[in-house]
Amino acid sequence: MDSTAIIDALLRENPGDPSWFEPVDSADGMPTVYVLAEHLVDTCRVLRDSPELRFVLLADITAVDYLPRTPRFEVIYLLVCPGTSGFGTTPRRLRLKVRLPAGATIPTVSTVWPAANWAERELYDMFGIVVEGHPDLRRILMPEDWEGHPGLRDYPVQIKMPVKTYEPLQLTEQEFVANIETARSQSHRE
Amino acid sequence: MPQLETTPELRTETMTVNMGPQHPSTHGVLRLVLELSGETVVNADTTVGYLHTGIEKTAEQKKWQQVIPLVERMDYLGAQSNSLAFCLAVEKLLGVEMPDRVTDIRVLIAELQRIASHLVWMATHALEIGAVSVMMYCFRERELLLNINEMLAGFRMFPSYLRIGGLREDLPADFHKTVKEFLDRFGPKLDEYEGLLTRNQIWLKRTKGVGVLSMQDTLDYGLVGPIARAAGVAYDVRRAFPYLGYDTYEFDVPVGSAGDVYDRYLVRVEEMRQSASISRQALERITPRGVYDIQDYRIVPPPKDKVYTEMEALIQHFLIYSQGFTVPAGEAYVPVEGPRGEHGFSIVSDGTNRPYRIKLRAPSFYACQGLPKLIVGGMIADVIAVIGSTDVVMGDVDR
Repeated sequence: MDSTAIIDALLRENPGDPSWFEPVDSADGMPTVYVLAEHLVDTCRVLRDSPELRFVLLADITAVDYLPRTPRFEVIYLLVCPGTSGFGTTPRRLRLKVRLPAGATIPTVSTVWPAANWAERELYDMFGIVVEGHPDLRRILMPEDWEGHPGLRDYPVQIKMPVKTYEPLQLTEQEFVANIETARSQSHRE
Repeated sequence: MPQLETTPELRTETMTVNMGPQHPSTHGVLRLVLELSGETVVNADTTVGYLHTGIEKTAEQKKWQQVIPLVERMDYLGAQSNSLAFCLAVEKLLGVEMPDRVTDIRVLIAELQRIASHLVWMATHALEIGAVSVMMYCFRERELLLNINEMLAGFRMFPSYLRIGGLREDLPADFHKTVKEFLDRFGPKLDEYEGLLTRNQIWLKRTKGVGVLSMQDTLDYGLVGPIARAAGVAYDVRRAFPYLGYDTYEFDVPVGSAGDVYDRYLVRVEEMRQSASISRQALERITPRGVYDIQDYRIVPPPKDKVYTEMEALIQHFLIYSQGFTVPAGEAYVPVEGPRGEHGFSIVSDGTNRPYRIKLRAPSFYACQGLPKLIVGGMIADVIAVIGSTDVVMGDVDR
């Protein structure tokens, strides 16, 4: 199934405008389709549920920063139809891509594939791409107080940063005892 | 009679326990914040990132061939499965075909790597559940595999033996003999280890019905690999999307049904047997001496005797070591079946001698994400068994 056949199947399942999708050739021969960000979630749902397509597995989400090109980002979803155990008939792969201008947001697909949760957190952490509707959009690999997003092409890599250290929480003996007693009295009152 | 004061109502409050990041059974630095009600886990929060070294970002500053030692350090138990995935992706963009001998050697190395990784998993997993002697035995066999790595490249954990365009050098003398000796020894030893665990009452009680995951859940959470196969999804990249000529090898894809810790154990043990069988088949195909790269000296360095005698070879040698080679612009993703599941590099080239972007599809990253799904509702003592059964490697998670 090549990328145009996948688009045809998509349009059969979920009538829409063919201009939402754009098939492209890829160097590794994997079917590749661009989709508009506003139709991403619907498309993903059809890709997962349609008996013809059955892309039940989200292998990975990644992004590429094409600075200074506009639109700046491409977000890439690697999908797999395993083709066994009742999940599709033949193993297939699809690369779904979304062009994203700098500062734009992308809707979450974690409602379609729960696996997208952490992958989208990494997307936010590395590229600063805000994922709309995400249940828990925090940094995942970098510390929470880190400045900047290291995946960006204009992120400085040759600079020296002072090593950040954290002081352990310091309590005096009186404060410690007071804390314990407050907690104890609270739990007894309940 | 004085009114007796009744005891206050039984307090039912949950307790929050921090596990990790330096807990010996978290396979690195994984932090779990568990909310317990008695001994039952009611909530779990996973924190990762302690081992983040920014390898993907560093690789953007390196030449293509300099990336290989870096990526081998991502999943440090399946090092050569990383470099294999990376080499295959770059070779896809370069559009080069490997000679059969190189492909067969790569299959052999990938399968030995799988055995080595599964041995470490079995050792640590058994140790955590209490079978200390299995740990000693497994590490003994793994030592032999590390010796083979040392023979190949002089480095035990990260040999960087697989290169873009072939291998670093030809196989060492006595390689066939050493590998054959290992394989002859390994089969009976594996039966012995199974004898210690598979029908062991304690092992069965600790693992059966623990950490159950359904077929649908494994796919939803992207846990392809041994975890999905234990639940019944017969998806193996070697079968579904054959690479390195895996379709010409005879092997079975072991599939479980219960999706619990015990089935994951059975699947991995059987995988080791299959890997040993594939290794034997590959070893038969490999001649002791022969071509070990594509002999295209724009991509691989020319042999030293030519560099010393021919002008052309000297120029090529100089170019490779000073500027590297350029890779045509484009994007490639070539998945391989690593020890922990689907491993693959998404690489993007802009046509220069350095990668524009690389990204690893890390199976452990997704396994870590699925952990709360596995441990919530179970007992706290089972948390250790479940983490062990998912075989997460934190270097793979944090990259």
